[in-house]
Amino acid sequence: MNRGPLIFLGVFVAMAFSWYGMIVSPQRQIGGQQQATVEPAGIRYPVPRPGLAQRGAEVYRANGCGYCHTQQVRPRGYGSDFERGWGLRMSVAQDFLFEQPAMLGQLRIGPDLANVGMRWNDPQWHYRHLYNPKSTVEKSTMPQFPFLFEMRVIQGDRSPEALDLTGELAPPKGYEVIPKQEARALAAYLISLQSPLSLFEAPIPAEPKKDAEPSTNTVAVSSRNSQMLGLGESLTQ
Amino acid sequence: MNTQPSALANSAGPVSGDSAAAKSRVLQIDRSCRLPLMFLIACSLVWLVAGGFLSLISSIKLHAPGFLSQSSWLTYGRVYPAAMNALWYGFAFQGAMAVALWLMCRLGRAELMGGKGILLGAFFWNVAVKLGVLGILAGASTGHSMLEMPGYVSPLLFVSYCLMGVWALVTFHFRQERQLYVSQWYLVGALFCFPWIFTAAQLLLVFHPVRGTLQAVVSGWYGHALITLWAVPIGLAVLFYFIPKLFGRQLHSRHLAAFGFWTLAAFGGWGGMHAGAPVPRWISSVSIAGGMMMILPLIAVALNWHLTARGAKGPENNQVFRFVQFGAIAFFAASLLDIGGSFRVIGEVTDLTVFTTGVKALYLYGFFGMTIAGAIYYLAPKITGCDWPSDQLAKLHYLGSVVGILVLVLGLVAGGILQGVRINNPEIPFVEAIRSTIPFLGLSTLGGLLLLAANLAFLVNVIRLLALCCCTNCFASNRSPAGSGPAAAGANL
Repeated sequence: MNRGPLIFLGVFVAMAFSWYGMIVSPQRQIGGQQQATVEPAGIRYPVPRPGLAQRGAEVYRANGCGYCHTQQVRPRGYGSDFERGWGLRMSVAQDFLFEQPAMLGQLRIGPDLANVGMRWNDPQWHYRHLYNPKSTVEKSTMPQFPFLFEMRVIQGDRSPEALDLTGELAPPKGYEVIPKQEARALAAYLISLQSPLSLFEAPIPAEPKKDAEPSTNTVAVSSRNSQMLGLGESLTQ
Repeated sequence: MNTQPSALANSAGPVSGDSAAAKSRVLQIDRSCRLPLMFLIACSLVWLVAGGFLSLISSIKLHAPGFLSQSSWLTYGRVYPAAMNALWYGFAFQGAMAVALWLMCRLGRAELMGGKGILLGAFFWNVAVKLGVLGILAGASTGHSMLEMPGYVSPLLFVSYCLMGVWALVTFHFRQERQLYVSQWYLVGALFCFPWIFTAAQLLLVFHPVRGTLQAVVSGWYGHALITLWAVPIGLAVLFYFIPKLFGRQLHSRHLAAFGFWTLAAFGGWGGMHAGAPVPRWISSVSIAGGMMMILPLIAVALNWHLTARGAKGPENNQVFRFVQFGAIAFFAASLLDIGGSFRVIGEVTDLTVFTTGVKALYLYGFFGMTIAGAIYYLAPKITGCDWPSDQLAKLHYLGSVVGILVLVLGLVAGGILQGVRINNPEIPFVEAIRSTIPFLGLSTLGGLLLLAANLAFLVNVIRLLALCCCTNCFASNRSPAGSGPAAAGANL
């Protein structure tokens, strides 16, 4: 091993193998993935996000929400993602087809958000949570994002979007806190995060397990069907 | 010493003989490195302190979420990636480049070529990293782990890397000592691997993005390869140089070293996806298998060092030895934690927790940072021709680093395990599970603070060394041959 070119060539070949194995092969397998048709309703899944939610994804990316929150439900029996109600089924590649960038996250300082839109689908809740997390989750360790909001003098009627804040958080008299465009987009994005449909590669079990005691953040599993139906309707509209 | 075969002289480092001619040759080689290397080292350490400061802010935010939360520029999700990019691309790359260039010169017994080109490359590299870190803080991050710097920065990074790296290869090509030492294998490999993984990842993530979760596969692969195929080989090159040298022994086995090198090259690139990720399962499985195979190079390298040093006593009261020794142990520990975490049953707990952050910190600060610092303690006096101005600061650096790294890593690794165990227990509400890790996160902040103080001491020492060097060389003897080292080397081309 006294020849530079030999070292170079050897490393090149080794790199080429791992590159082929870890990059090219997955690309060949799922790189050409298309929308799936979910039976029996015949819904195309996933659907591209509406504009506001898509802008919310940019806010999510720019502020690095993904450094504390994952968006991936691990398979049943691996971790406790199901028991915590973070999803009805595990996340699969299909769910992320239109994500750009795909922000799966690497760290769970906060709960998984793959289906946060199914748990909290009220923009007001998200506004209050983002403005001051402790106003919705008492012991939250999430930072506040006051820069997504604006405090302004109430002119005429109070804005319908103004945050319902009480106690210490309430703005001074005559003032209101309203979400900026970023907060509106981010809330729309968070609400759009849901994968309630059963897929071929990740079916939702017909009978949800009864033995697992639901804890906080649990999706109302019994309302699954109605949720599915609701989403199906909104998708086909 | 002159009677020994060149392999021994080579393995023992720069000792080519005791004759006056050989010594002046070594002096000449060292002086040819002066300007570009000291620039790289100084910039690298400024980034180390800046990155450490950002990292401290982000660490405080983990247990005191209200801290500095008013400004979007300082929100956790921006400060943390900014810190990581400052540390990796600002500190690690420039420190590595300085040490790699010096090793190439010393082992090849050749003067450094293209000093001005390297300076230019280093300058633009710094511009690029600065733009990149500011871009992340401004919210222009790409959203891909370890590649957060905005797309407009990456071509500049690539070009300036090539401007520096190409001179390492030219110096390597024109080496006087034709026999290659183990360190040179690793350096050639690492210098080549980085542009490959960097361009592959940038092209597939930023310029022509692949769809959906494939992005996570690509960025996971990049993040994994950045450590195993770039940081590890550079650190190992330094350790393979200094361990035999400091123990005054010949490297135990070149064949074992070759085995370690090729197994690292073969398996280092197979990784990056944790089990349970939303990708086809075989990708996670291959990653796990690739992670486990890293045990082969680890055993080969550790055995080789052990057999080299067996029975010998390391030099006492030697600053270089202390740092290098800690770096070697940290490499071993970080690799074991990494390999352990790649098992499915352990990964179920440790994946997606601060355990992984702790392992990365151990690689970056414990293994890489300490090894590079050891090398700098050795080479900076040689290339400047001045002794370190302060032993006190050097001792402070060592002590602060050791305690800081241990506390930081312990906090993150133990906190991460607790976090994983508690999150995996659905009886415990999520918020409670996270709250229970706060004392550990506080510990890691304390470690980060100590580490920052230590690195500050290092930076001050280097600045004082530079000032001393300027006073004795530049002003006293403006036209000395030593002072025109880089220029002379450039003229040789």
